[in-house]
Amino acid sequence: MQHVSAIREPLITGGKTLHDVTQDICYQVEAKPNIRWIGAMSVSLFFLGIFFYSVYRTLWYGIGEWGLNKTVGWAWDITNFVWWVGIGHAGTLISAVLLLFRQKWRSSINRAAEAMTIFAVICAAMFPVLHMGRPWLAFYVFPLQNTLGSLWVNFNSPLLWDVFAISTYFTVSLVFWYTGLVPDFASIRDRAKGPIAKFSYSMLSFGWTGSAKAWSRYETVSLILAGVSTPLVLSVHTIVSMDFATSVVPGWHTTIFPPYFVAGAIFSGFAMVLTLMLITRVVFKLEDYITLEHIALMNKIMMVTGSIVGVAYITEFFIAWYSQVEFEQYAFINRATGPYWWAYLSMMSCNVITPQIVWFRRVRYSIGWTFLLSIIVNIGMWFERFVIIVTSLHRDYLPSSWAMFSPTMIDIGVYVGTLGLFFTLFLLFAKFFPVINMAEVKTILKYTVDNGPTYSGNHAHHAPATTHSVTPGVPASAPVTYDKHD
Amino acid sequence: MTKRFALGVFEDEDVLLHAIDNVRGAGVKIYDVFSPYPVHGIDDALGIERSRLPIAAFFYGMCGLAFALWLQIYTLGFDWPMIIGGKPHIALPAFIPVAFELTVFFTCHGMVITFYTITGLYPRFKTPVMDVRSTDDKFVMAIELDENNSALPKLTQLLRENGASEVNQKEMTKK
Repeated sequence: MQHVSAIREPLITGGKTLHDVTQDICYQVEAKPNIRWIGAMSVSLFFLGIFFYSVYRTLWYGIGEWGLNKTVGWAWDITNFVWWVGIGHAGTLISAVLLLFRQKWRSSINRAAEAMTIFAVICAAMFPVLHMGRPWLAFYVFPLQNTLGSLWVNFNSPLLWDVFAISTYFTVSLVFWYTGLVPDFASIRDRAKGPIAKFSYSMLSFGWTGSAKAWSRYETVSLILAGVSTPLVLSVHTIVSMDFATSVVPGWHTTIFPPYFVAGAIFSGFAMVLTLMLITRVVFKLEDYITLEHIALMNKIMMVTGSIVGVAYITEFFIAWYSQVEFEQYAFINRATGPYWWAYLSMMSCNVITPQIVWFRRVRYSIGWTFLLSIIVNIGMWFERFVIIVTSLHRDYLPSSWAMFSPTMIDIGVYVGTLGLFFTLFLLFAKFFPVINMAEVKTILKYTVDNGPTYSGNHAHHAPATTHSVTPGVPASAPVTYDKHD
Repeated sequence: MTKRFALGVFEDEDVLLHAIDNVRGAGVKIYDVFSPYPVHGIDDALGIERSRLPIAAFFYGMCGLAFALWLQIYTLGFDWPMIIGGKPHIALPAFIPVAFELTVFFTCHGMVITFYTITGLYPRFKTPVMDVRSTDDKFVMAIELDENNSALPKLTQLLRENGASEVNQKEMTKK
């Protein structure tokens, strides 16, 4: 009845039955929060407090609380914006692009990755809104009639394209994510014991029953959403890069920016997915769903995109020389050898050199190394944006205007605070929502289990048609040796 | 109105698919099948027509594109023309990003709203289900019965023969 490949590793280990999947995932939602969750939540709430305090200072006293000056008018705020938006991209890549490419392994990570996208975009949106100085007038960015106080918005401006790109991206990701959640909420609803849980999950599940026609439409919707999200995710970071590329600032005015930014976004996004997943799988005991195979595959994507980013760095340098434009050449020499050499060095070593260790099989399959690497890449990608933004601005055409940027405590507070906001939202999600897409994992289960029949009962006598000889009752976390292939 | 159903509970999707073929072959009309995940091939087995949602999605996308182009050309070209960077008032290449984003926006939201509406999905206080295990690990085939359950013994036998692990009865009240 089941088909187990002799050469491919199973996607889900531990010989899970359909009921086991429901049990394992719903257990997290139904159980009382464990001590590790409460600990993590306390730390996140502390950082969220820092966020609120920094935002209060920024709004009450104005943007002067930040370290910006006349020369460097954009610094940490836009750096953080681009960093957060980039992180979001991996979620859409996993849920949309990998769906179109029929990468079945995405099933057990797509839910959390999409949640990460949504929360990362929320964090990203904080920065342009706060930088407006008067966020209560934020609606001026939308094309509203002139009597409301502004002229029509300028549709020639990449900053306005960003408004449309980010709002479309956020809302599309949100409905994509929610539509996927509906059947899983139904599973929780049908198991719920308490009246509050019954009521809330009935509201959340929209009356889903899993009828054949609903599933048929659901699959059509998923496919089309994936189809439109794929160009969408590429367009979002393309437009973000155009905030820079359409200007005439040396170091920004380059045609390579859109693909270079998209690759960088996926690179940093996968690093963040890995950071989150490695923690989630341990805290929620999901080792059978997020296996070493998943980690290795994500590592490979990280290495490919990291190498693309590396090529882009070198291409930029080459083109600066080849263009024979003095200012362009200076901008790049200044990046590498000027006062911000340390930021450039951090970027190069974190993003280009370090990820190359993933060529080693042992690193790819090692949880410790992967975790370390994912943190390094997150740091490196932050420095990339900082280098691009600040080093291009701090020495402009007029040497008398040259300046340095140094962040204030409030700058740091807002940035660190958004990390608190992000993790608070993610922890709430992980506690009250099914962290793995149960329905999708169940579809791949039958063809990928490594031992035992997928269901018990009438057919318990049925011998598993598998080439693996596995002892029944092998513990879920039994060590798996990966020696057959890659 | 109260409706009565015979529920065949299946443990496996392949068994279910064969059973659907045989039950329909025996001339019995299947009311609906409930499964914990989308079963491939069930559309053909049940004779469900291909969804026309993609057509709707295309239509919504075209609406979005038309709206975006109208908005940009009307506001910057006619309502309050401004010279920006020495470019023409209607600078079409610069309008492409917003046109694309609004196309995606309308496609996605139009289609999702349509999906929720036609499938009857909206937040409710209570959700009546045929068998709560159908969102967990069971595949449930529902067949409508008449008032005195005359077809039940025959149906039970038919479903049992085709691999149903249990056959239950359920009354559903529909407003």
